[in-house]
Amino acid sequence: MPNSPLTPGIVPGRLHASVYDANFDDHTQPLDRHEARVAADRCYFCYDAPCITACPTGIDIPLFIRQIATGTPDAAAKTILSANILGGMCARVCPTETLCEEACVREAAEGLPVEIGRLQRFATDGLQGRGVHPFTRAAQTGKSVAVVGAGPAGLACAHRLAMHGHDVVILDARPKPGGLNEFGIATYKSTNDFAQAEVEWLLQIGGIRIAQNSALGRDVTLADLQAAHDAVFLGMGLAGVNALRAPGEDKHGVRDAVDFIADLRQASDKSVLPVGRDVVVIGGGMTAVDAAVQSKLLGAENVTIVYRRGQGKMGASPYEQDHATSAGVRIVTNAAPIAVLGNGAVTEVEFAYTEEGPQGLTMGAQKFRLKADQVFKAIGQTLSGAPEGLAVEGGKIATSGAGRTSIPGIWAGGDCAIGGDDLTVTAVAQGRDAAEDIHASLMGV
Amino acid sequence: MADLTSNFIGIKSPNPFWLASAPPTDKEYNVRRAFQAGWGGVVWKTLGSEGPPVVNVNGPRYGAIWGADRRLLGLNNIELITDRPLEVNLREIKSVKRDWPDRAMIISLMVPCDEDSWRDILHRIEDTQADGVELNFGCPHGMAERGMGSAVGQVPEYIEMVTRWVKKHSRMPCIVKLTPNIADIRIPAAAAHRGGADAVSLINTINSITSVNLDSFSPEPMIDGKGTHGGYCGPAVRPIALNMVAEIARNPETRGLPISGIGGVTTWRDAAEFMALGAGNVQVCTAVMTYGFKIVSEMISGLSEYLDTKEMALSDLIGRATPNVTDWQFLNLNYVTKARIDPDACIGCGRCFAACEDTSHQAIVIKPGRVFEVIDEECVACNLCVNVCPVEDCITMVELPQGAMDLRTGKPVTEYANWTTHPNNPSAKVAAE
Repeated sequence: MPNSPLTPGIVPGRLHASVYDANFDDHTQPLDRHEARVAADRCYFCYDAPCITACPTGIDIPLFIRQIATGTPDAAAKTILSANILGGMCARVCPTETLCEEACVREAAEGLPVEIGRLQRFATDGLQGRGVHPFTRAAQTGKSVAVVGAGPAGLACAHRLAMHGHDVVILDARPKPGGLNEFGIATYKSTNDFAQAEVEWLLQIGGIRIAQNSALGRDVTLADLQAAHDAVFLGMGLAGVNALRAPGEDKHGVRDAVDFIADLRQASDKSVLPVGRDVVVIGGGMTAVDAAVQSKLLGAENVTIVYRRGQGKMGASPYEQDHATSAGVRIVTNAAPIAVLGNGAVTEVEFAYTEEGPQGLTMGAQKFRLKADQVFKAIGQTLSGAPEGLAVEGGKIATSGAGRTSIPGIWAGGDCAIGGDDLTVTAVAQGRDAAEDIHASLMGV
Repeated sequence: MADLTSNFIGIKSPNPFWLASAPPTDKEYNVRRAFQAGWGGVVWKTLGSEGPPVVNVNGPRYGAIWGADRRLLGLNNIELITDRPLEVNLREIKSVKRDWPDRAMIISLMVPCDEDSWRDILHRIEDTQADGVELNFGCPHGMAERGMGSAVGQVPEYIEMVTRWVKKHSRMPCIVKLTPNIADIRIPAAAAHRGGADAVSLINTINSITSVNLDSFSPEPMIDGKGTHGGYCGPAVRPIALNMVAEIARNPETRGLPISGIGGVTTWRDAAEFMALGAGNVQVCTAVMTYGFKIVSEMISGLSEYLDTKEMALSDLIGRATPNVTDWQFLNLNYVTKARIDPDACIGCGRCFAACEDTSHQAIVIKPGRVFEVIDEECVACNLCVNVCPVEDCITMVELPQGAMDLRTGKPVTEYANWTTHPNNPSAKVAAE
C-alpha cells in the first residue's frame, strides 16, 4: 500500500488491496428464499394498490409479491418483466423509498414498507440467472425501426418493438450497450456486470441488432435513419454536462462526476483508480451522492457534498443522503461555489452561503473555503447534439402523447425527452409506451 | 399475584395447566423437567396392556401447517400410544409422583374393549400413587383400527360401558377423553356421564392430512411414498375445541360435569377462554412441542395478571362465559350495529373495500384520497371488514341505540326480539302483529 487516505493529491491505492472488493460489493444484499417468503407475507394485497400507482412502469406489485409468497417466483418475474423489461436493474437502482415503498401502506402504518425492491430482485434474479427469457417474438411484420441509444429507454423500446415482430437496429455511441445502467450508476448498486448480462438476456427476444460506437450526428444523421427505417426512436440521453460557471473551473483536478462514475464502473480493479485526499462534490442529486460515496470508498480522507439550496430540495432522497453521511460524507447545503482556487491544480474552493427568497437564489455575504485537491461537478446533464428541426422544450426534446416528437415518424423517450424524472424506471416506461405507439402507428391499429 | 391453585375433581395442582397425554409425557425424564419448569400436572402418555408394546413408524410421525415465517399453526401426528414396556412406565410414574407429590399425575389408558383388560390394567397402576386415570377414547389412528381409541369414542354405548367398568374396578377419579371425530360431541359426553365419569377431557386430535407433496403425490407426513390420516392439533383446532367444550358445558344432560379443556392451548389467554367456557383446567401439548416447557411461565404470569386485573378468583372464571353461549334462534335480531372506519387509524390498504365490494354488500365507498367510508344504507354489520382490516381497532362495529334509525331498513331500532317470534318464521311461537 504505497498510499494512504492521508497522501496529498489525486492518487490510487489509498486503501489495502483487500478492502476494495468489500467496499464495492452489493450495497443491498439479495434476499434468500425464506427471507423472501417472510418479506412477501407482509404485503397486504391492497385494493387498487398505491404502490402500483407509484411505479412509473405500473408493475402489478401485489400480484408479483403474492406469486413469490405462494412459491412461484418465476411467475412473479414474468409479472414484473411484462411491465418493465429492465425490472432486474430497476430492482437495484430504483429509489424505491420515493416510489413504490414510499406509497406502501405499511410505510404509513409502521414506517417499514414491504421490501418491494428486494422482492423484485429476488424474482427477476431467479429467472434471469438461469438465462430464461419468458417472452416470444410475434411473427415478423417486415417493418424496421431505428432506436438511438442502448440505454434504458432505447432497450425497453427495442424489446417491445421486437416482441411485436418489428426489426430493430439500435445505434449506440458508446463501446458497450446499457447507457447509464452500464456507465452511470454507483458500482455497489449493480455488481457482477449485471448491466451487460441484462442486455444479453433482453436480446434473446430476437430481431434486435446493436451498432456500437455509432453516434447520431457524428456517424449517422437523422435523415439517414428516416430513409432506412419506418420509424425512429430517440433515446440518447443527456450527453452534455452543466458547467459551474465559477472562475477556475478549468483547473487540474476539476472533473465531471459522470466521468468519474463511468471510470469506476468500467474498472475491474478499483485500487488503480486515483482519488483526491480532500474531495468536494458540487451538486445535490444522486450523481453527487454516487460520486461522493465512491470517493470515500476509494479512500479519500475528506469528502464534502455542497449543494446550493436547502436539504429538502436535494434531488437525492433522504435515504440516499443517509447513505452518504453513513459512508462518512459531509453534506453542506445552501452554499454555491464562487471560485475554484489553486495554482494550476485546485487546492481550495470558495463558496458563498445562499439565500432563497422571492427573487430566487441569491448569494449572501458570508463566504467559506473548503480544501480540495479534487472537485466533482454533479450539477446536472444537458441535451447535446439533438437533431436539427426537432422542437426542444426546457432543454429536452418536446413530446406529446406516447413520446411523439414534433416530427412525424420520430419518437423520443428517456432522459433526452421531457416528462421523465431522469430515472431508469421512467425511461423504461417511456421507451415501452413509445414502442406501443410506434407499433400502433406502423400497423394501423 | 392471583392464586392459581387448582382443584379438578379432587385432584389438586399448583396451577390449572397440565400437559396432555402425548409425547411430552412419555417418560420420566420429560415429566421431571416439565414439573421443574412449573407445569401443574401431567397426563402420562397412554399405557396399553401388558405384553409386547406397540411399534411406531420409523419415518416421520408429524406433519405441519406453517405461516410464512414458519410459525407452526397446526400439527398432526401418526404416533401411537407408548411404545415402552408397561412396567418401565409404571416404575417411572411412581418415582416421579413420589418426588413431586403436589403435582397432578394422571395416567392415560387404552386397552382392548373387554372388562378383564380394563380390570387388569387398573389393578396394575394402583401401586403408582397416581391421582387419576384418563380413558383414551380419542386417538384417531393406529389404535382405532384395533378397536380402541376413537373406535370406542365413536360408539356412545361403549363409552358408557367402559367407563362403568373403570368406576367399578377402581376408586380413582376417572376422566374420559373424547374424540372430536363425531357428529355431535354432546352424545359421547352424556354417555361418559351416564357411565359415571368424574370428568371429560376434550378434544383429542382431529382426523387430518396436513398437506400433499405435489412432486411425489404423497400425503404428509409421508412414509415410503404413502401417508395416512393423523391427528390434527395446535392453534388451528382451538375454535373447534372451544365450541365442543361450550356445547357440553351448556347441555342440560351434562351440565356441571367437569371438563378438562384441550385443543391448541398456546397462551394464558387461550387457557382463560377454555375456562370461561366451562373447562375446569386445560391440557397443553402442541405448544410445548413447539416452544418447550418454559411457556408455562408466561401462562402462569398471564393468567395471574388477568385475574388480578379483573379481581376474580380462578373459580370465578370457570364457566363465566357459558351462559352467554346460546342458540342462533335466541340471538337478538334487533341488535343493530354499523361498521365505522377510523380515518386516522386507516392506512389505506383498501382490503375492507375489496372484501365488501367483491364478496359482500357493497357498503363501503372510496372517497378521494383513498378515504374509505361505510354506507349505512347498505351495511348489514357482517363484520367482514373488521376481520380483514390489518389495523386493530381501525374498523369497529358501533351499536345503534334503541330508537335510532337503521338507514338500511328504514326502521327505528326496537327492543329485543328473536327468530322464535319473527313474522318470517313459519313456526313462530307468537303471532306477528
